[in-house]
Amino acid sequence: MKIAVLVKQVPDSTEITVDKNTGTLVRDGVPSIINPDDLAGLEAALALKDKDDSVEITVISMGPPQAKGMLQETIARGADHAVLLTDRRLGGADTCATSRTLAAALDKIGYDLIIAGRQAIDGDTAQVGPQTAERLNIPQVTYVDEIIELTPEYAVVRKALEDEEQILKVKLPAVLTTLSGMNKPRYMNCMDIVDSFNNPVQIMTYDDLVDILPQNEIGLAGSPTKVHRTFTKDVSAATETFDLPAQETAELIAKTLKDKQLITK
Amino acid sequence: MDFNLTEQQKMMQKLFREVAENEVKENAADVDENERFPKESVEVMRQSKMLGIPYPREYGGAGADYLSYILAVEELSKKCATTGVVLSAHTSLGTWPIAQFGTPEQKEKYLRPLASGEKLAAFGLTEPNAGTDAAGQQTYAVKDGDDYILNGTKIFITNAGEADVYIIFAMTDKSKGTRGISAFIVEKDTPGFTIGLHEKKLGIRGSATSELIFNNVRIPKENLLGKEGQGFKIAMMTLDGGRIGIAAQALGIAQGAIDEVIPYVKARKQFGRSLAKFQNTQFQLANMQTAVDAARLLVYKAAMAKENGEPYSVLAAEAKLFAAETAMDVTTKAIQLMGGYGYTRDLPVERMFRDAKITEIYEGTSEVQRMVISGAMLK
Repeated sequence: MKIAVLVKQVPDSTEITVDKNTGTLVRDGVPSIINPDDLAGLEAALALKDKDDSVEITVISMGPPQAKGMLQETIARGADHAVLLTDRRLGGADTCATSRTLAAALDKIGYDLIIAGRQAIDGDTAQVGPQTAERLNIPQVTYVDEIIELTPEYAVVRKALEDEEQILKVKLPAVLTTLSGMNKPRYMNCMDIVDSFNNPVQIMTYDDLVDILPQNEIGLAGSPTKVHRTFTKDVSAATETFDLPAQETAELIAKTLKDKQLITK
Repeated sequence: MDFNLTEQQKMMQKLFREVAENEVKENAADVDENERFPKESVEVMRQSKMLGIPYPREYGGAGADYLSYILAVEELSKKCATTGVVLSAHTSLGTWPIAQFGTPEQKEKYLRPLASGEKLAAFGLTEPNAGTDAAGQQTYAVKDGDDYILNGTKIFITNAGEADVYIIFAMTDKSKGTRGISAFIVEKDTPGFTIGLHEKKLGIRGSATSELIFNNVRIPKENLLGKEGQGFKIAMMTLDGGRIGIAAQALGIAQGAIDEVIPYVKARKQFGRSLAKFQNTQFQLANMQTAVDAARLLVYKAAMAKENGEPYSVLAAEAKLFAAETAMDVTTKAIQLMGGYGYTRDLPVERMFRDAKITEIYEGTSEVQRMVISGAMLK
């Protein structure tokens, strides 16, 4: 069972700087972590490996060269292999170009199951996992908070929606996107840290994908999304003030919430 | 000469910091207050393969270097000195003699579960009448067929009751003095072996410190460690290494206290400005950090000497002497800088102050370290 886990290195801070010219994130010099939803995905894969020795985990990330350190840490947590897709030609990619590139890399690497985090804490799009599934033309289940059963043919998972849970059986290969609350990611361990120095992160460039991925579909040029401006929206809402006795205040609050369909009863 | 950690050591340090910050820190006050063994921290250490860092893969260890183990004790002790000594006593005192002197059979049976973290180890040398003068062992073992019969009492034993495997020293031939002492591997549940009085201590209060009582305990001769009469040598060599672990514990306590003081002196205002703006604070902090950094160099140097197979007895004694006295001095000053708040149990420095004291006493008092150092100088 080959499980591919997609991870992204994200800034460990709310202080995100944005390149004024391109509208994309400036990553240099910002402390980085593995995106929390992705780390949950890795932990879910490692838990499957704990139960089944035949599970082989390859962690894949697309990003700048410094993401190599983060990938090595995934090996130090127990992943079998790590691949960094890094190439100036891939830079500036939006989610569409990123998912095309990841899908091409996944075709080269091979997979039975793909696990990706639901969304990254920097971009918050939640698009790369689903788009990758579409590119690969395989089924997907998003918002997974438990992998209940895994067989060579199918997976049974729990999908957590805001107001309900769904237990879904999905045919493999498939893409699952995972939620950070689903588990407590394990730490690195001393044994796998030692091994991670004998198991280098493999580097993939566009040269490895050029036969299946046209150049006009990658990087900034292959990205239909154009960011014009990034800013923090001012919070402003019309307010009304009431001065009423407690009972009437409570009734008014309840009625208002009900009118706005925020509560049902 | 290179004073930098390797990439591998840096990655280890990152792991130890995460474990200390996320798992060990939150329990430190409770472990101290309620004198309870930090079981949950030991479980995280087991999962992270921290209980056999310097031991070979073939026996279940992580196969890493000695300095990485020392970094683990340092980082844990920054947040909880009790957790630091659990790891140090297990790794340096309980496990090392088996790794160093054990037969292949003993290593398979005992080193593997200890290095993989499945079991915990302890070391029993000290007796009511044999502390610094360890040669005065009154525990004795008499050969009886294929066994030895062990009788006597050990005191102040770290990890007592929590450990599954104990390295126990006993006289096998009183007429030979120190050359009549032998070392044995004793399992926890051996009939006649009981855990005695649990000590109530000033510091490292969560560390299990108890008596070990041996009443006609039958030990198979396969559990003799090394040869008969080698026990004193095994004990002294083990303590040489153990001292680097305790030095790392002291180093961690001292740095941990500084780490607590810095945000406090920046936030605390008196006479209209923060304490950090006063030159007394600045100069105290400079002295504290300089001493800690000097201690760190001594500790890491001793660890590297051991890793490289060079003599380390004197280096370990210097590291422990200086780091322990630095820990005592720095934690004293840390409380002074934090004033009344520092003296209360609301903040962790008073615990660090109490924890620091033991590092000047166990695994060889500061006086013993001075004897080792000057002995080598005047040889």
